[in-house]
Amino acid sequence: MSIRERLSGNEAAATAMKQINPDVVAAFPITPSTEIPQYFSTFVANGVVDTEFVAVESEHSAMSACIGAEAAGSRAMTATSANGLSLMWEMIYIASSLRLPIVLSLVNRAVSGPLNIHCDHSDAMGVRDAGWIMLFSENNQEAYDNTLMAHRIAENEKVLLPLMVCQDGFITSHSIENIELEEDSEVKKFVGEYHPKHYLLNDKEPIAVGPLDLQSYLFEHKAQQAEAMKAAKDVILDVAKDFEKWTGRHYGLFEEYMLDDCDLAIVCMNSTAGTTKAVVNELRKNGVKAGLLKIRVYRPFPGEEVAKALENVKAVAVLDKADSLNAVGGALFEDVVSSMYVAGNKVPTVNYVYGIGGRDTTTNDIKSVYNDLAEIAKTGKAENPYRYLGLRKGEN
Amino acid sequence: MSNLIEIRWHGRGGQGAKTASLLLADAAFNTGKYIQGFPEYGPERMGAPITAYNRISDEPITIHSNIYEPDYVVVVDDTLLESVPVTNGLKESGAIVINTTKSPEYLKKVLNGYSGEIYTIDARKVSMETLGKYFPNTPMLAAIVKVSNIMDDETFLKDMEGSFKHKFAKKPEVIDGNMKAIEMALKEIKKVN
Repeated sequence: MSIRERLSGNEAAATAMKQINPDVVAAFPITPSTEIPQYFSTFVANGVVDTEFVAVESEHSAMSACIGAEAAGSRAMTATSANGLSLMWEMIYIASSLRLPIVLSLVNRAVSGPLNIHCDHSDAMGVRDAGWIMLFSENNQEAYDNTLMAHRIAENEKVLLPLMVCQDGFITSHSIENIELEEDSEVKKFVGEYHPKHYLLNDKEPIAVGPLDLQSYLFEHKAQQAEAMKAAKDVILDVAKDFEKWTGRHYGLFEEYMLDDCDLAIVCMNSTAGTTKAVVNELRKNGVKAGLLKIRVYRPFPGEEVAKALENVKAVAVLDKADSLNAVGGALFEDVVSSMYVAGNKVPTVNYVYGIGGRDTTTNDIKSVYNDLAEIAKTGKAENPYRYLGLRKGEN
Repeated sequence: MSNLIEIRWHGRGGQGAKTASLLLADAAFNTGKYIQGFPEYGPERMGAPITAYNRISDEPITIHSNIYEPDYVVVVDDTLLESVPVTNGLKESGAIVINTTKSPEYLKKVLNGYSGEIYTIDARKVSMETLGKYFPNTPMLAAIVKVSNIMDDETFLKDMEGSFKHKFAKKPEVIDGNMKAIEMALKEIKKVN
């Protein structure tokens, strides 16, 4: 029986961590994810969890401590944002290449500079090729649910990759909203215990972790990582099935909202998907066949599935809350259009870079995108496909 | 979502407008509603103008943006009236609730011809008489509950007693004062026009 509660996104993430009760949490505070280790350290101090909390002196050390803990054979978690993740960057790659299923709560924020503490996805996009599974969350509920599913996915023998659960800084991390929580004992049962096959503290099997890996083997090891990422797709769906049986809440690789008979589709991630749903509801009342494809699993990217889900629409807009500054388009746009191209899907598609540095994205902004899409659907032409949404005019 | 109520709070850093918005979310949550309570974070400093928001609905709320056309506006500090356009986007069918002792003529002048309902309360007096210190957020919370009619007085009082017991578990001596502040505020709220 679920428990009706109201929590912020950060409280939701910290609550999930409390219920998971990992062996080690190593973290360094940074806005807007600070509250997660703050709440968690309170749980430790109050004896609610028996986690070893390591108050490190930097994010580089936070990830390093998690790597050490996981390699030793324990379950390790951390949380960060923006420049905290930037400082982890070196160790982010090492965590995934050592195949250590660390779970990180990433509260998305703009990477400096100039200094900005608000939400965009530039932090997450900076590590999109680092070999981490990346789950995105529309609201506090999804941040909670994704965290509960994280270890079952990451620790699966076919996967063994670290995983980050993303949510929008401030927009959901600091917003109190309704949430359904699960009982501690049920969470414990669902998440299960971690028994790694190979680990450093196993005196019956002395191993080395992370030694030199040159021309003769690194390629093979990278290919294994790539195959594990591909295999993760099915594991994510299997875990979601079990999760639905338990909680009744359904999760896929992405959410299709009014997409079945849809003409005009928006593809986006995190909290903007919720705002888009409200607009879709309104447009549908006026007979406009608007729809939404909300990416939940960004890595591994469900390319084939996305291309198929969009094959019958008349126009697509992909919203990127981070600019790739590559003169072509945002990262999500490139993933979506290349998937569509490979599948032979020729639906006209445009890109909107939006919400940079916490610029608010309103229902009116989303409506303007659907208006543009209606025009594109009419003419079949998507000119100037790399666009801005919500940028002040005359200042760029 | 015709039953959606949107509220915007204007205050100054340190006055508890954010806390009040979270308490309002709490109170509405306890009556079975779907709620959002969130501040707009800026460069937070004591005394700087801050904004906080509430959405309250019978149905799940999916919108995640600030509120530009609120049903209600709460002004926790009347020195903001001349520097912040507090009635921007405020629905004429709604109301504004201000912590002030200023005259109706002054208020009408600074509210840019807002034609909806205007309510005032002397939250300083309420707070000083019941808490002995100036904490405007509890009286303002009571005022907006009364004006927006989110719940009846009795349900609200019962609900807040529970919330305060939880919130002030380590400072039980302030529970009585806060409850008295709410009771007094519910009576002190005045309609100007």
